[in-house]
Amino acid sequence: MTEETKRLGIVTSGSLNKGVEVRLDSSASVEDMAVGRYITIEGEKRRFFGMITDVSLEVIDRKLTVTPPDVSDPFMAEVLAGTSTYGTLHVLPLLTIGGDVASLLEGPQPVKTVPSHFSTVNLASQRDVELVFGSEDEKRFYIGTPLDMETKVCLNLEELVKRSNGIFGKSGTGKTFLTRLLLIGILQKGTAANLVFDMHSEYGWEGRSEAGRKVKALKQLFPSKVAVFTLDEENARRRRVSTDFVVRIGYDEIEPEDMALLRQTLNLTEPATEAIYQLSRRFGKNWLQSTLEMKDSEESGDLLKELSIHESTFQNLRRGLATIRRLPFLVPHAPDNAVRHILEYLDQGINVVLEFGRYTDITAYILVANLLTRRIYNQYRERTEKAQGEDTAPPHPLVITIEEAHKFLNPEVASQTIFGRIAREMRKYNVTLLVIDQRPSSIDDEVMSQIGTKITCLLDNERDIDSVLAGVSGKGALKSVLSRLESRQQALIFGHAVPMPVVIRTREYGSAKSYKDLIPGREIEMEKQAEKDIEELWE
Amino acid sequence: MERVGEVIEASTTDFVAQCYELYQSPPLGSLVKTRDAGVELYGIVYNATTTSLEPGRRPIARGKDETTEEEIYQASPQLLKLLKSEFGAVMVGHKQDDKLHHYLPPKPARIHGFVYLCPPQEVKEFSQSLAFLNILINTRLPVSTDELIAASLREMSQVYEDRRAFLVTAGKELAILLSGNFNQLKAILERIKT
Repeated sequence: MTEETKRLGIVTSGSLNKGVEVRLDSSASVEDMAVGRYITIEGEKRRFFGMITDVSLEVIDRKLTVTPPDVSDPFMAEVLAGTSTYGTLHVLPLLTIGGDVASLLEGPQPVKTVPSHFSTVNLASQRDVELVFGSEDEKRFYIGTPLDMETKVCLNLEELVKRSNGIFGKSGTGKTFLTRLLLIGILQKGTAANLVFDMHSEYGWEGRSEAGRKVKALKQLFPSKVAVFTLDEENARRRRVSTDFVVRIGYDEIEPEDMALLRQTLNLTEPATEAIYQLSRRFGKNWLQSTLEMKDSEESGDLLKELSIHESTFQNLRRGLATIRRLPFLVPHAPDNAVRHILEYLDQGINVVLEFGRYTDITAYILVANLLTRRIYNQYRERTEKAQGEDTAPPHPLVITIEEAHKFLNPEVASQTIFGRIAREMRKYNVTLLVIDQRPSSIDDEVMSQIGTKITCLLDNERDIDSVLAGVSGKGALKSVLSRLESRQQALIFGHAVPMPVVIRTREYGSAKSYKDLIPGREIEMEKQAEKDIEELWE
Repeated sequence: MERVGEVIEASTTDFVAQCYELYQSPPLGSLVKTRDAGVELYGIVYNATTTSLEPGRRPIARGKDETTEEEIYQASPQLLKLLKSEFGAVMVGHKQDDKLHHYLPPKPARIHGFVYLCPPQEVKEFSQSLAFLNILINTRLPVSTDELIAASLREMSQVYEDRRAFLVTAGKELAILLSGNFNQLKAILERIKT
């Protein structure tokens, strides 16, 4: 026991489902307690680690509330505090630590029981928190600190990238900052390669804080490990961002499956989407070009009849396709294959950020993200299957970051899009998603349930909160924590990569010191390079 | 150790002692003790009386022609021999084989046992445990329990350097014992607050 341990009280009642009640000692003031703080309970056989989820006031005799004593007299107040009047804490036990030697080695385990009556409850010390969340090392990335504490909360990134993850929160609560941090973490630890579909051009070169201050993004911090692709060369030039590749997509690269997802945004009818398949069967690869070139002639009328496509359906489809054609990055024939380039970079372990420049329109975003991801996913799938067959190492894990995720993952399209599939089939092919969204309730339940680690900033819509917390034990208690988050720099993390739900104050980002902390020292870099060189010698 | 009297009446729960000097009974609530074959019996003074030696003979008023009260006793020196002072103490614990117990002794006090006023060190030792408060609350006495408890705590607190801390601790103990009776608790706390 360290000397910093502060006794709070004793366990008086409770249950595993609802949490335990702790009677506060007279020396501990209710006003010092805060929802979301960590405590340890010294059970008879093991220690419990938990979180305060509620604080309440009690009196021993109802008469006291009817005829309150004169507490202006300090003696009276002191005698009554903690005896006739006392505070209670509602605590949610989350983990057990120790017990015997074997379980000490295994580390913290989820709770399966409650501490016995009158076990002592202490405020968790820095060491306890460290024991639970680990300290920063090769796999763990320091993401923030628990409330009222200096200890680092670390995410196990190796575990994190094995599942799809989500970052949620109202607009302006710090989703972008958190995402940037997480991407840097993944980059720093090298646990996976990132492909970021950067709708607002915030992750590649630089972004802006809410106060309007410029903050460095990935490429500035890790120039050798990040490639910035763009759809809008002119915009990149104006922002003075050096790009590595300009993405152009040929009409002939668009497949009917890519269009299915755009049904809602392009306002296509169900028969119109069906017609795309027929047209592509008819015209082959160049179906889009050919369809748009079809004149309102008798000839084409016959063709439509032959394909049994109704005239109005066809018009509906043409209107939709015309919208797509107006996108400037679409060309009849792309000079270079973007997918191949992206894969080349990813294979070298270089992270790719695709900036959309001025094309922040959702149609462009969905089309490009879906198109590229489908092909990349197929490549990964082939490689993984090949690797399994030949017993070689599977490809380096890939994390695909998408914003406005509910557009890809809403219940109507989740079953069709590649993102829905990645989220569900997950890690089989070493490709996972990092989903960023402000309306988690619009995301398909099935996809939500597969998300491994959820990081959520303040949410205040009841439906959104419910959908984020669906299926988590102690949901009610977490709900009260979630709705009390501050609107900035605070987030609740729970799921696969952390042993228990934790509220953090996000680590600082944007100052010169924070950049220095994030970039590992030169020596480490050199050491790694040397290791790599040696490995290559053996290949 | 100051000797204050001699046991003249004893029962399991209390004893009555007569003072050697008139009016010299220990203060209400003070801790006294008497010995019986190796066992030291502790009591708290709950009552004191001064009456005529013979039950049938009541004193009469004598001071009509005197100017001060002292002159009455000087004019009739036999008075001091015709009156007696007695005090009652409720048993709150005992010490056997150097071990202090805060519950009733196995046997009552012996008649003519000497009664002593406990010195500060012993009061301190005895009041390390406040279990005697429970005996006081649950014993029926001619004086009000509230008054007796308050008086005994006031007396005991005087041997502590930090009186207030002792009284707060005792107050908290009372708050637990009297959890169902806030009015009584309040009455006692009013009487012991510093």
